[in-house]
Amino acid sequence: MSLKQIQQKIRQIINNPQLSYRQRMHYLAAQAESLLEPPPISDSLQIAIEQQVICDMHEGPAPHRPRYLLPDYPKAIKQGSDYLELDPPNNLVEALNFLMILYTQTPSITGYPVYLGDLDKVLAPFVDEVSDAQLNLQLRLFWQMIDRVLPDAFVHTNLGPEDTRIGRAIFQLERELNQTVPNITLKVDPQITPNSFLEEAVKTVFVVAKPHFVNHPMMCADLGEQYGVVSCYNSLKAGGGSHTLVRLNLKEAVKQHQGNSSSFINETLEKYVRLTLELMEARIRYLVEDSCFFEHNFLAQEGLVSLDRFSAMFGIYGLAEAVKLLMEAQGSLAKYGHDAEANQLSYQITDRIAALVKEIPLPYCEGNDGFAFLHSQSGIDLDLDVTAGTRIPIGEEPELYEHIFAVAPHHHKFSSGVSDIFHFDDTVKRNPQAVVDVIKGGLAQGMRDFTFNLASNDFIRITGYLVRKSDVVRLEKESSRYNSTVLGAGSEKNQGVTKRNLKRVMSHEQTPRLG
Amino acid sequence: MSKPLGLVNRILPFSAVDGPGNRFVIFLQGCNFNCVNCHNPQTIGVCDVCGICVEECPGEALQIKASGTEIEWNKSRCLRCDNCIKVCPSDSNPHSQWLDVDFVLEKIRRSASFLSGVTVSGGEATQQPEFLRELFHSIKTDSALNHLSTMIDTNGSAEISIWKSLLPFTDGAMVDLKAFDNQIHQKLTGNSNSQVLQSIQHLQKAERLFEVRLLIIPDLNDHDLMLQQTANWLCQLSNNIRIKLIGFRNHGVRPEYSDFLEATPERLDEIRELFQGFGIQEIKVI
Ligand code: SF4
Ligand code: SF4
Repeated sequence: MSLKQIQQKIRQIINNPQLSYRQRMHYLAAQAESLLEPPPISDSLQIAIEQQVICDMHEGPAPHRPRYLLPDYPKAIKQGSDYLELDPPNNLVEALNFLMILYTQTPSITGYPVYLGDLDKVLAPFVDEVSDAQLNLQLRLFWQMIDRVLPDAFVHTNLGPEDTRIGRAIFQLERELNQTVPNITLKVDPQITPNSFLEEAVKTVFVVAKPHFVNHPMMCADLGEQYGVVSCYNSLKAGGGSHTLVRLNLKEAVKQHQGNSSSFINETLEKYVRLTLELMEARIRYLVEDSCFFEHNFLAQEGLVSLDRFSAMFGIYGLAEAVKLLMEAQGSLAKYGHDAEANQLSYQITDRIAALVKEIPLPYCEGNDGFAFLHSQSGIDLDLDVTAGTRIPIGEEPELYEHIFAVAPHHHKFSSGVSDIFHFDDTVKRNPQAVVDVIKGGLAQGMRDFTFNLASNDFIRITGYLVRKSDVVRLEKESSRYNSTVLGAGSEKNQGVTKRNLKRVMSHEQTPRLG
Repeated sequence: MSKPLGLVNRILPFSAVDGPGNRFVIFLQGCNFNCVNCHNPQTIGVCDVCGICVEECPGEALQIKASGTEIEWNKSRCLRCDNCIKVCPSDSNPHSQWLDVDFVLEKIRRSASFLSGVTVSGGEATQQPEFLRELFHSIKTDSALNHLSTMIDTNGSAEISIWKSLLPFTDGAMVDLKAFDNQIHQKLTGNSNSQVLQSIQHLQKAERLFEVRLLIIPDLNDHDLMLQQTANWLCQLSNNIRIKLIGFRNHGVRPEYSDFLEATPERLDEIRELFQGFGIQEIKVI
């Protein structure tokens, strides 16, 4: 890039009326980083990146903080922080203050913390002694603070699987405040989570399109009890995180392939999985060995994250199109989500990827025994004509149960998260138990993640994060306070997601760079 | 002995409006009432194989079966134009099919992990009591299905002996009461309400009355005096009876009834208060 081009790019950011001051700062920093040389890679990897088979999510050429960091908040609360010059909090007010300070100092790819902790557990030591009125007031102020100070739709908290007073208070508050931030995941264990609490959660989805539901026993089996769901359906170890996320576009991989589906699975796929891992390794080494994040950052120094709980995320997307192209090459019109033959091929593809990812070790990934975590990546707003992760294309979804039967067999393979979004009509509003039934049925079928929304909601899930329809409309004219709104507006145009629904916050994760 | 067949109008594997939780709903064809508010009049009649729809079908999707007792519907040729339903002189339709219990059970089995239960609706479910009994009996004696609750959505016209044969396998019934006053009931449904009232009583005693659904059509059956009598009768049956007030909507009803007034939300609210005044707690308004 010539100096003139660089200057032009910078001016586009600085003079963009749709960006707030902080958003401009974020993109300026990314612009500066983009001028650096990326870590060296092989020629075949370079070609695969240029052919858009492999995508580094525009993370930037010089990773200097892990993509996702999940601080061990219960530990922080117990020990306080030397770096932040804070003693361990003694009561709810102090705890909320402590957490808010810690959040602002937690880095991530988006510039905002992607994980706020399992707040029902983190705050448990402090809630017994406060009245309902006090609890509600304190939480309300805290919630407003989070939404206004951390306006990114990927800021995420977790609740459950236990039914708690604080969990119920948060759902109640969510329904009253109508905020985009924070995003919420409810951990569900059918043995532990009572129906009445699930109904509270479902009623909250009716209003604000969150929480998202996860299969707690399955998560615990893969990640251990200490895990968090962060950002956009990313499940990772708490006290650890993910160095990077690199994704493989299966649609483009098939386009580069000559031959039938079995040679794709046996040869082409292996080649691209290896190249994806090569890019991940280069980025991980830069982060750990060159940027020395784990030596310098206070979160690592104070033991709030530890390198041995980290791994990296191997994302895939465009499975639906890959299956379609491979079937067409065999003269078949069978489609993923509709035909057993196509579904079988989709399972063979993800089986093969999962096996390869478990065979090829990566450095600094002790958090997953030295291997990458597999992730079904839910898309960024620059994606065109390609379906997120392992989803069935928007508008082609089959009837509800058939949809679940088709996608569920993929879920157990994606320990760092997979997303499928279901849509219900308004009749369920009078009968939240009906949705609880479907969620439990989905988990019983082996789903790891379950997200639903109402067709009529003001909140719309773009790929995993929320936007308010009213904010997208507003964005056309002025700057949105939320990072993810900009992103959502892009998704709207590129993927027709309002066929599903709509937003006001930004998501740096989803809009890693401007057009 | 072969298992009874049911004449099934439609199957819905997911419904949030036919009882508690998510339900698998089977709509049976054929009803003995002829209600002015019927939103699915094509479920009322049972086909007499007159063949008119076969002639009028633009997709040539219909033909009389060789047996002469049924219409065969070729789904892949069907244009979903509903012309057959329009021309049918018997308030029936050729899309309904005779299904055996095992076929329906298979479908339920596939959906079972997502369900609170199964509801049989209509038409009038109790017009096919053998099918209903066999279906519910099979559900309750199948270890993969017996967690499902079995409910009947009914006009309440079945004789007590039919209820007695069904209740051992039935968890609850949702009964329509179109009017407490018999003359008005006659006018709205073409039938007397005495059996309906007896059914409600019997179901309540047997602890199988899930809810009573009261239709509200302005000026026809919403007079305060009758509503007070209704409330009085219901709360004497039980002090924790559950009722649902259903405001008349003219969408989908037959043309001759489409100029009836729709119930306003304000009027429904007044009626809810009237019932609350009698100590009835559980009232849903839709
Ligand atoms: S809807 Fe009825 S009339 Fe129309 S094509 Fe189908 S069967 Fe024939
Ligand atoms: S469905 Fe109606 S029109 Fe068709 S054959 Fe039967 S009774 Fe006649």
